[in-house]
Amino acid sequence: MSAPVIEFEGVTKAFGDREVLNGIDLVVEEHQAVALIGASGSGKSTLLRCADLLLDIDDGDIYLDGEVITDPAVSAVDVRRRLGFVFQAYNLFPHLNVIDNVTLGMRRAGGMSRAEAEDSARRMLARFGLEGRENESSSNLSGGQQQRVAIARAFAARPRAMLLDEVTSALDPELVGEVLRAVRDLKEEGVTMLIATHEMGFAREVADKVGFLHGGRLAEVGPPEQVLEDPQDPNTQKFLRRLLEAGRA
Amino acid sequence: MEANAAKADRRAERAAVRRRRDRRGVAIAALSTVVVIGGLTALVLTSSGWPAVRETFFNATVFKESFPDVAKAFWLDIRVFMIVEVAVLALGLIVALIRTSVSPAMFPVRLLAVVYADIFRGIPTILLVYLVGFGVPALANSTAEGSSSLSWLPTEPVVLGAIALTLSYGAYVSEVYRAGLRSVHPGQRDAALAVGLTERQAMRHVVIPQAVRNVGPPLLNDFISLQKDVALISIIGVTGEAFQVAQIQASSDFNYTPLLCAALLYMAVTIPLARMLDRWDRGRVR
Repeated sequence: MSAPVIEFEGVTKAFGDREVLNGIDLVVEEHQAVALIGASGSGKSTLLRCADLLLDIDDGDIYLDGEVITDPAVSAVDVRRRLGFVFQAYNLFPHLNVIDNVTLGMRRAGGMSRAEAEDSARRMLARFGLEGRENESSSNLSGGQQQRVAIARAFAARPRAMLLDEVTSALDPELVGEVLRAVRDLKEEGVTMLIATHEMGFAREVADKVGFLHGGRLAEVGPPEQVLEDPQDPNTQKFLRRLLEAGRA
Repeated sequence: MEANAAKADRRAERAAVRRRRDRRGVAIAALSTVVVIGGLTALVLTSSGWPAVRETFFNATVFKESFPDVAKAFWLDIRVFMIVEVAVLALGLIVALIRTSVSPAMFPVRLLAVVYADIFRGIPTILLVYLVGFGVPALANSTAEGSSSLSWLPTEPVVLGAIALTLSYGAYVSEVYRAGLRSVHPGQRDAALAVGLTERQAMRHVVIPQAVRNVGPPLLNDFISLQKDVALISIIGVTGEAFQVAQIQASSDFNYTPLLCAALLYMAVTIPLARMLDRWDRGRVR
């Protein structure tokens, strides 16, 4: 068994009176892809945002490479530089062109020179099928292309793990495939990933482990064939049955 | 075959109806313009006071005589405008950033910024020009008891006028910037932090550039109004300002045409700015 990269230990988070996460324990090991499934509002995004320290947790701890990162003394900036985050709505910087979106973090946070950063960004963009688009405004790109730029941006600094927050949910159906291909490509390279997703087929294919979030708890965690084909938890069964009825699984 | 012919007929008929409608539209617009503009012109030109107005406001000889002097004076307006504009952009941004800061250490500064914006937006610009123009020199004045500890304060009317305008417009522009900062989606800050930027870098490289972009048109609007308000500095004895020069010329021979010269010069700057603003707005919608 390889070493855990990200580890959640009793993570609890509430927004006002509404408890969103209630004692989450989850381990993401090196080279593993862990998929989080669950209904909208079940806390998938919140868990990812807590891991990137974009949200403060109320209780519990989160570890990155064995080091606790939810200690207030730990620099959030340093932690974020070791993780890559891809947002549901891409969140590209609209005032920057494609390549500057990728190089901003490398130059300002990573201290690279412009030439160095651009060289590396160009290779990263080419890898995700975006060669020749470097100088375009991001608003000229399709949703699928924008999300691939966002993946390139997050992966450019070679993070320890990628956090993917519903990266296909804002896309038109015909554009989902190209983004999933990009994620599959990361998986093949052995990138450690924590993926919140609605795409059950994709979770089944890519994930080494699937966690089902329900009512702020991880109702069920296990290999995809178990959680998705033969769920033990009644809530997981109900969730998957509903998806099946809607033709989404 | 017959069905196809009927279809073609209908297509031609539809095009003809559209053409007729377009032609009628143009004709109606032209006619109503002639009626409205012509009517207004006739109304003014036939009024009993028109000859006197033409003599005192639209006198060609006086215009030719006074225009060069007023135009030369207008150069001072332009310079004051440019300097004040740069100062306002900087002051407004600083005040807006202070007001949107969240750090507890900034609380007193934040309070001052709120008070500043409230007070200086609450005072009519003309009054502020008076207060600064006459108040500051009084503070700097040395009396019989000794020299003032504030004797370093500027006493030059043009500098004081520029300061008053900067204070007044800085307060307005800080609000415009603040709206701009709020208009940037929170996801942008998240994304900036996620790529490893610090809060300060996120502000500097991601939030502020977008905020400034978003408020371009309202900022330009404030500058059109600032350009006209430069004339206010004439009331504290700034010599050689366009409105003041025009006023002196007008009162020396009881002819107001020099004021018209000044008005035209102001418009020569503000109207192109307004068109630029329209263009900018249209570009953003597209």
